[in-house]
Amino acid sequence: MSDLLLHVRDHLILSGAALACALVLGIPLGSAIARTAALRDVSLAGVNVARVIPSLAVLALAQPFLGIGFRPSLVALVFLAIPPIVINTDVALRNVSAALIDAAHGLGMTERQVRARVAWPLALPVVFGGVRTAAVEVIASATLAAFIGGGGLGEYILNGLAGGDYGQLFEGAIAVAVLALVVQGLLTVVERRIAVRTGARSG
Amino acid sequence: MSEHRDGPRRGASIDARDVAVRYAESDRNAVDDMSLGVEAGEFIVLLGPSGCGKSTFLRTINRLVIPAAGTIAVDGRNVGDVTPEELRRGIGYVIQAVGLFPHLTVAQNIAVVPRLLHWDRARIAARVDELLGLTQLEPERYRGRYPRELSGGEAQRVGVARALAAEPRVLLMDEPFGAVDAIVRLALQDETLRIHRALGTTIIFVTHDVDEALRLADRIVVMREGKIEQTGAPLRILAHPATPYVEKLLDAKDAVRRLQLLRARDAIQTRVERSTTLEATENTMSAPIDADASLRDALSLLLQGASAVAVSEDGRTLGTLTFEDVRTAIAAQAQ
Repeated sequence: MSDLLLHVRDHLILSGAALACALVLGIPLGSAIARTAALRDVSLAGVNVARVIPSLAVLALAQPFLGIGFRPSLVALVFLAIPPIVINTDVALRNVSAALIDAAHGLGMTERQVRARVAWPLALPVVFGGVRTAAVEVIASATLAAFIGGGGLGEYILNGLAGGDYGQLFEGAIAVAVLALVVQGLLTVVERRIAVRTGARSG
Repeated sequence: MSEHRDGPRRGASIDARDVAVRYAESDRNAVDDMSLGVEAGEFIVLLGPSGCGKSTFLRTINRLVIPAAGTIAVDGRNVGDVTPEELRRGIGYVIQAVGLFPHLTVAQNIAVVPRLLHWDRARIAARVDELLGLTQLEPERYRGRYPRELSGGEAQRVGVARALAAEPRVLLMDEPFGAVDAIVRLALQDETLRIHRALGTTIIFVTHDVDEALRLADRIVVMREGKIEQTGAPLRILAHPATPYVEKLLDAKDAVRRLQLLRARDAIQTRVERSTTLEATENTMSAPIDADASLRDALSLLLQGASAVAVSEDGRTLGTLTFEDVRTAIAAQAQ
């Protein structure tokens, strides 16, 4: 495997792991704050603060506490990926029409059945939109992980820069861009499919 | 029809006693010590302006609203004695917003309650087709459609079918036809009456539309500020409004409104004997109207120049009506 492909692989592993962790943490959190107004104010304030901190700053802040390498990079990227997932999950669940929820209760569904059969299927397209945003953000920011030894395409670019090899630098930069675009494209297609299936959009 | 009336689908009785509902943000009770007995198979319409508590009372029956005081029993069984889910699966519920699930097909929407009750596939499929037939939607055409592919009227038919899916003995309808246009509304009202006759389900129907209430109800319950103002059969309330509020709400002095509720058949029975010479003026006789047509239709023909209206049933003439007969019928009703 060429040096570039090895770095692409590492980049994808780091990004994928970060996204997976963010999903595991962000979706339950989003779902919880959709149900509890008090929790929402606090959480959303926190999430919004997290949002405006630049990726590089997050990575730099992780380093003194967690050292260098894969693990601190992962933590920093999870931190970056959580806000869009939490915000979209919260909005998606709260935007499911009150009349539909009322109808579901009126037909005799339990709280759990209302969530599983009505609220979640209808919220899914918007939740997935948040996942897409997070994925693209993580892929782009993972490049910066190289500064704290996280590996991936950032490392490939930095190596090119250090060695004055502008060809390598461009290769790495283009690879990141292509990766982000491809993931964005694929997830958009999936998102549209879900939206059509759940009737959220008519076309 | 009669087999259903005696069969297991027959409606349940409802007995509400001293029901009170209070919302935290309001300084008065939304429903205030309300008591109402409903006979099995009765078609009750709760009538009143918005905010009078009619929807809130309706929702205490399937426990979507839990009253602060009072008891409600369906067929003698307290609604609080079973889980809300079990209770609601046995009570049909139709709302103005229709509330069809957009991610499910028409068939899947209708199958919601049967699925919650774990019916087997074949029974569900058969029931879905039966209900589409009952609500006059061709099963082959509509089964696989999504709610966004339906007109407002079609969607509400599916909403009614869904509410009836598990053969409930009580059907709650909360302003179900408020969002459809007048012509569709009339058709849906006719169908609701037909379904009520066919199944014998007890129906509690909420509306602020007086004409709708008069057309549908066996008994109207007029509400005001969380209390019952008057209950009675439509004609009885029109003829004898108990309070100025009821009189104003129903526009009870409007004789034409009352004519709408009287059938030509009734007027034939109340008319006075008259000389045969008048019977014989056939040159100004109108085309015959059906015995079940309203007296308003008869009056309309009289105003258009007929001196008498022939009333027929199954091709047989029952008699004729003159302007005087219409007036007598109204006067008889008012007593």
